[in-house]
Amino acid sequence: MWSCSEPSLVARTIVSGNPPLLSDWGQVGVLNNRVVLADAVEPYDLASSLFTDYAHKLRTVWMPPGTAAVYRSDDVLEFPLGTVITKTFYYPRTAIGDQQVRRAPDTSAQLLAGELGVDAIRLIETRILVRRESGWAAIPYRWNEEQTDATLQRAGDIVPLTMVTDTGVEENFSYWVPNVNQCSSCHGIDAKSRALHPIGPKVRHLNKRYHFDTAEVNQLDRWVTAGILEGAPASSEWGQNVDWADPEQALTARARAYLDINCSHCHSKQGPANTSGLHLDPATPLGPAFGLCKLPIAAGKGTGNRSYDIVPGRPDDSILVHRLESTIPDVMMPEIGRALRHTEAVSMIRDWVHELDGGCTTG
Amino acid sequence: MWAGYLALRRVPTCEKLILNYLGIIVLMNRIITLTVLSAIVLLAGCEGTDKQQQTPDSDYQRRLIERLIDAVPGDVIDIPEGRFAFDRSLMLTTDGVTIRGAGADKTILSFKNQVVGAEGLLVTASDFTLENLAIEDTIGDALKVNNGKNIIIRGVRVEWTNGYSTDNGAYGLYPVQTENVLIEDSVAIGASDAGIYVGQSRNVVVRNNRAEWNVAGIEIENTIGADVYGNLATNNTGGILIFNMPNLPQAGHHTRVFNNRVIANNTENFGHAGTPVASVPAGSGILVNSNDRVEIFNNELVDNNTANIIISSLHTTGYSDSEVQQNFDAYPESIWVYGNQFSGGGETPDGLDLKALKLAMFGFGGRFPDVLFDGYIDQNKFVDGELPPALRICISDEVEVLNADAPNGFTSPSLVGADMRCELEPLTPVTLAFL
Repeated sequence: MWSCSEPSLVARTIVSGNPPLLSDWGQVGVLNNRVVLADAVEPYDLASSLFTDYAHKLRTVWMPPGTAAVYRSDDVLEFPLGTVITKTFYYPRTAIGDQQVRRAPDTSAQLLAGELGVDAIRLIETRILVRRESGWAAIPYRWNEEQTDATLQRAGDIVPLTMVTDTGVEENFSYWVPNVNQCSSCHGIDAKSRALHPIGPKVRHLNKRYHFDTAEVNQLDRWVTAGILEGAPASSEWGQNVDWADPEQALTARARAYLDINCSHCHSKQGPANTSGLHLDPATPLGPAFGLCKLPIAAGKGTGNRSYDIVPGRPDDSILVHRLESTIPDVMMPEIGRALRHTEAVSMIRDWVHELDGGCTTG
Repeated sequence: MWAGYLALRRVPTCEKLILNYLGIIVLMNRIITLTVLSAIVLLAGCEGTDKQQQTPDSDYQRRLIERLIDAVPGDVIDIPEGRFAFDRSLMLTTDGVTIRGAGADKTILSFKNQVVGAEGLLVTASDFTLENLAIEDTIGDALKVNNGKNIIIRGVRVEWTNGYSTDNGAYGLYPVQTENVLIEDSVAIGASDAGIYVGQSRNVVVRNNRAEWNVAGIEIENTIGADVYGNLATNNTGGILIFNMPNLPQAGHHTRVFNNRVIANNTENFGHAGTPVASVPAGSGILVNSNDRVEIFNNELVDNNTANIIISSLHTTGYSDSEVQQNFDAYPESIWVYGNQFSGGGETPDGLDLKALKLAMFGFGGRFPDVLFDGYIDQNKFVDGELPPALRICISDEVEVLNADAPNGFTSPSLVGADMRCELEPLTPVTLAFL
């Protein structure tokens, strides 16, 4: 029936409740076997992004017509009531079965500009953050086997997958879809208020170029031009994190960008991991609070028999490296959202620790 | 999905009714509160007849997770008698919720098959009560409560059932950055760090619990105002620990440890190197490390084979001042020990240094005295050549005290009991509004 006329999505916000289908939101969907976005739904990307078992992520934001986000220099942008942010987790498929996925660079932007066909990918889940009167609400959806729509999945799930590398190495892992309460494990960035907030849409993460269907432009420029970002100073004043994977950048900047987006939502003065005394946010200087010669607190098994969070010059003696390398649930960091080691990033972090000057007294 | 589930499983009528009920909730989704309450009533009504629920029920995981998601303040989530299997961690974020089982040996949440999650149950909420159930065999911590006020943990058993092992989870009952906390009538067994661990909290009562086969039985760390009494700590590496660690938002002080039985905490240290408890010698009864204003009285201290009481500083573990925050005070001060009963202990201290020290001072058949002090005193606080009286370590019990002289590399250890007979102002009891 729908093939007779051109199908389309119409984005909308939903002020309360948990709609049973992702398609109820009209933001992102599959039409004619292609992943498509509704009008005015802006795809975006982050300079460095949170690692989730090599899942590719298609991020979008939509604001009610006539509204705009307000610029914030360090915190997440102030989004208007009704804003809907989506993040779709998917993997490139292999030729073999549903359970096998391919480890490959995330090229959502380029794909979306061309052809993000569902034949080539497996859609796993789409998480929605919606700004309501009561604050941000998180609503997770799990894609169906037919890959036509995603259904509400508040209780979470464990999805058995096999990751296949370019060289054909296979690794089984349990992809963990968190339950609704666990959204706050990352998005409850203030341990006292426990209110949910987006994490990615901050100036320093957004300040990068992105492949849109027409051209490659700076995301924030585009938002300003489109009238959905207000109050922005001149672009020279925008903060900017580097792409941690960019070998052209300084190691310190790469390491701090990676630790910022992967850790600082909990590891900050206000975050739920402030119990550890380890703060990995950009405002914390590179000293004991950033882990240098800092004793672990309540790390339990996580110490890996090492004495300090970071021993300058000695990655093999640094707890931080050990916890990034581990895939054991009560050892690994982050605690939630991964079952695999982020090999390339760990290697970069090791190089960074190795490059640090100094040492600690014992251990 | 629910229909399929029901078709596949033989379930008693009563449970089927409940499942149908919950199925409707899942479908209708937002008409929750009343429906859930009705379901709870139904569940409660089934308990007597429905012994089927004692078998592992993987679907109960989803039901409980959804009840935790849908919880509203004032809810009581009753978990019936039975053993329930979980493969992932649970989380509660709503204030004012009680989770209640039918008894610590009757309602068992088993995480033996846990695949993901760093805890069994993680709570980030206030006005929380957990009672009358067991949490077994979690990969990591059994119960963690992170930030919250008015936390009651009562009649809960946390246990690693394969016995003590470095592979066990770190903490049993673990409230951190909490205020107004009561842990009572509970049991913690087998934690690879601390069985009962209260960190960075205020106003805490830990009473009438049993902690056994943990590295630390009960540990109070960077906590302000704690009463620890009526507990049994036995077969741990260290029985009761009062610790302060650097680089944290608050330093702890004001802890009363009384009327506890601290018996034969001689289990080898099976903690992870690098953790603070990994440096605890096996055979430590009550151990105060870098904490201030601690009152230890009317305890029964028996057969703790390094020493029944140890008072020490973080300095002894070898960390330099430059690695901790400038204002961290590593010296244990204002410690008062009185009215305790001692018997045995000190015969076989743990660690080469302590073994050598014991042999040198007391001979092969001798023993360490009941109180061991590492000897760190903050000379910057001296007035007229000595510590002000209020900062002293006072041992009123007629027992001997060994000053190990750690600041000078253990070169001149001495018996100093007679010099330490003094008294301090008693600390005020902790009051909890809900007691």
